[in-house]
Amino acid sequence: MAQLTYREAVAEGIAQEMRRDNNVVFLGEDIAAAGGVFKATVGLFEEFGEKRVIDTPISENAILGAAMGAAMTGLKPIAEIMFSDFLAVCWDMVVNEIAKARYMTNGQVKVPLVIRTANGGGSRFGAQHSQSVENWAMAVPGIKVVAPSNPSDVKGLLAAAIRDPDPVLFFEHKSLYAMKGEVPNGEHVLELGKASVLRQGDDATIVALAAMVPRAVKAAEILATKGIEVTVVDVRSLVPLDTQTILAETVKTGRLFTVEENPRLCGWGSEISSIVTEECFYDLDAPVIRITTPHVPLPSSDNLEDATIPTVERIVETILKNMG
Amino acid sequence: MSENMGNKVSLELYRTQLLARYFEQRASDLFLENLVKGTNHLALGQEAVAAGFGVAMNKSDYTYCTYRGHTHTLVRGAPVAPMLGELMGRECGILGGKGGSMHLTSVEHGAMGSYAIIGAQLCIALGSAWSAQYLGTDQVTTVFFGDGTTNIGTFHEALNMAAVWKLPVVFVCENNLYMEYTPIGKVTAVEHPGADRASAYGLDSIIVDGNDADAVYHAAQDAYARARAGDGPSLIECKTYRHQGHSRADPGKYRPKEEVEAWFARDPISMYRLRMMENGFTDEDLTEMETEIQNTIDEATEVAKLSPVPSLDIIDKDVWADGGSAWRN
Ligand SMILES: Cc1ncc(C[n+]2csc(CCOP(=O)(O)OP(=O)(O)O)c2C)c(N)n1
Ligand SMILES: [Mg+2]
Repeated sequence: MAQLTYREAVAEGIAQEMRRDNNVVFLGEDIAAAGGVFKATVGLFEEFGEKRVIDTPISENAILGAAMGAAMTGLKPIAEIMFSDFLAVCWDMVVNEIAKARYMTNGQVKVPLVIRTANGGGSRFGAQHSQSVENWAMAVPGIKVVAPSNPSDVKGLLAAAIRDPDPVLFFEHKSLYAMKGEVPNGEHVLELGKASVLRQGDDATIVALAAMVPRAVKAAEILATKGIEVTVVDVRSLVPLDTQTILAETVKTGRLFTVEENPRLCGWGSEISSIVTEECFYDLDAPVIRITTPHVPLPSSDNLEDATIPTVERIVETILKNMG
Repeated sequence: MSENMGNKVSLELYRTQLLARYFEQRASDLFLENLVKGTNHLALGQEAVAAGFGVAMNKSDYTYCTYRGHTHTLVRGAPVAPMLGELMGRECGILGGKGGSMHLTSVEHGAMGSYAIIGAQLCIALGSAWSAQYLGTDQVTTVFFGDGTTNIGTFHEALNMAAVWKLPVVFVCENNLYMEYTPIGKVTAVEHPGADRASAYGLDSIIVDGNDADAVYHAAQDAYARARAGDGPSLIECKTYRHQGHSRADPGKYRPKEEVEAWFARDPISMYRLRMMENGFTDEDLTEMETEIQNTIDEATEVAKLSPVPSLDIIDKDVWADGGSAWRN
């Protein structure tokens, strides 16, 4: 095991796969010589050179288009979209082209690529550089959606995404880049579509994603001091979705809380709430409660942003209020 | 025979244009019989562009085209019955009935797809040019698009990146004078929507008579030689004209009568036939070829008509590489 930051784990995961497969190539804005605006890709340019690690112009459609065409013709590209908010600029490529090509062509076209992007709030960047947009991607058939919550998962899930034969949107959380954690040395590859159960309790189940996972764990620790034992499930991948683990962990406690950074309407928790309600309604002791960002664009000032995204305190309070 | 061109090339250019013309006419007929549903964007009148490039390129090269892409896919060698079957939504369709007229694709023939969101294919074409460059093959990518497409951002993103990376890609602007129903001059800051933009990307300004298959073929050969030599992309504007409206919903009433007549007088296929006769081919030779190609289309039409509609089983197939559509366990 090595102690790595979340950002170092990104570079580790990419390097592991680039060493293994010469057809893995990486492109994006400022990702090569500069090592990325979040310094998540430091060292790759030096190790793999300008043929495989490529600085692009500010051309999000060309970045994703080039990645798609290369994937269709034998390469395994990783494309970076600097901030997930910028996916709106090239959403056509994601939704209409990359996600649909295999289906529309009856399986003729194959698009094995990864789009990496920095997602989420907490950095005081304001509404155009802070959104959590994984729920947009989840609504599109044909693209897998992954969002790791810790350095070990970053490396293992990124490697799995690169090896996956389908297109994967990989949401890194920008407020987690500095997080430190144990990461296996040597080859580390996880399976996409497997949730992980981080702690187990009898009283309630929390399902969380990305930056909401450490908050959920912290909330569970606080609740434990008050005699409430909570299970925490890290969803890790929205598509494919590990419904079995979520259902099983919900049935055990009879209470489900989702913690989402998405604004309220159609956040990913609404789909989980719908599945749980349809499939284990009679095992529930209380309604499913969604803890979300309110339906507003994210404000920037410290106190405003902190009060908007679900906090440890809000998770604790909401669970206490609803345990009755 | 025209200068510098062998008999073989002329015959191939004429044959390819005829195939495109007869296919589009049949698509039109089948639409009127209500056997082709949805919409159809025919390239009647523009056949010389697809034919000129199609004949000049190598079999292993890549092409990308638009929703007006029946002919561009055919010239790569995609078989006729599955092409017509796709328009008719039949099981024998080249996309199994899942894609339709606007998405014709035949990867085994290098026809990497027909794209219906304006401009996307220019960026996607960068990718196969990049992979060919990376893998060191001699494959060139050709991407077709209309005059109207020069006004969307993806055109400019693609041209710039192709030039910076010196990619083996040829951008072919088919200027048929209209973006949908609007004359291109009304919405474009320059006179020649493709060629006048070339200098912004350090490329030569190239305009070709898109109704002259020989001229198109020569321009294509030059661009392919440049690309294969590692000298980077080309942008070629082909002046042409569609014989019908934009799509089946459009009677094309907005076009002045004199303009339509002038372009019909320059029909690429009639002009090419005359040239073939001047160059020593007999009416008999040409009629024989025409009959043969018409028969090919007729036979394929029968095959497609006899094909059943697709099985409902395929609705949830091929979303993912595992062949299925499961998004949960
Ligand atoms: C992004 C986008 N905007 C608008 C349309 C609707 N549309 C379809 S074809 C077309 C005109 C395109 O004109 P041009 O590029 O000249 O091609 P042509 O149809 O003449 O071959 C338009 C506006 C679209 N498909 N995609
Ligand atoms: Mg046009």
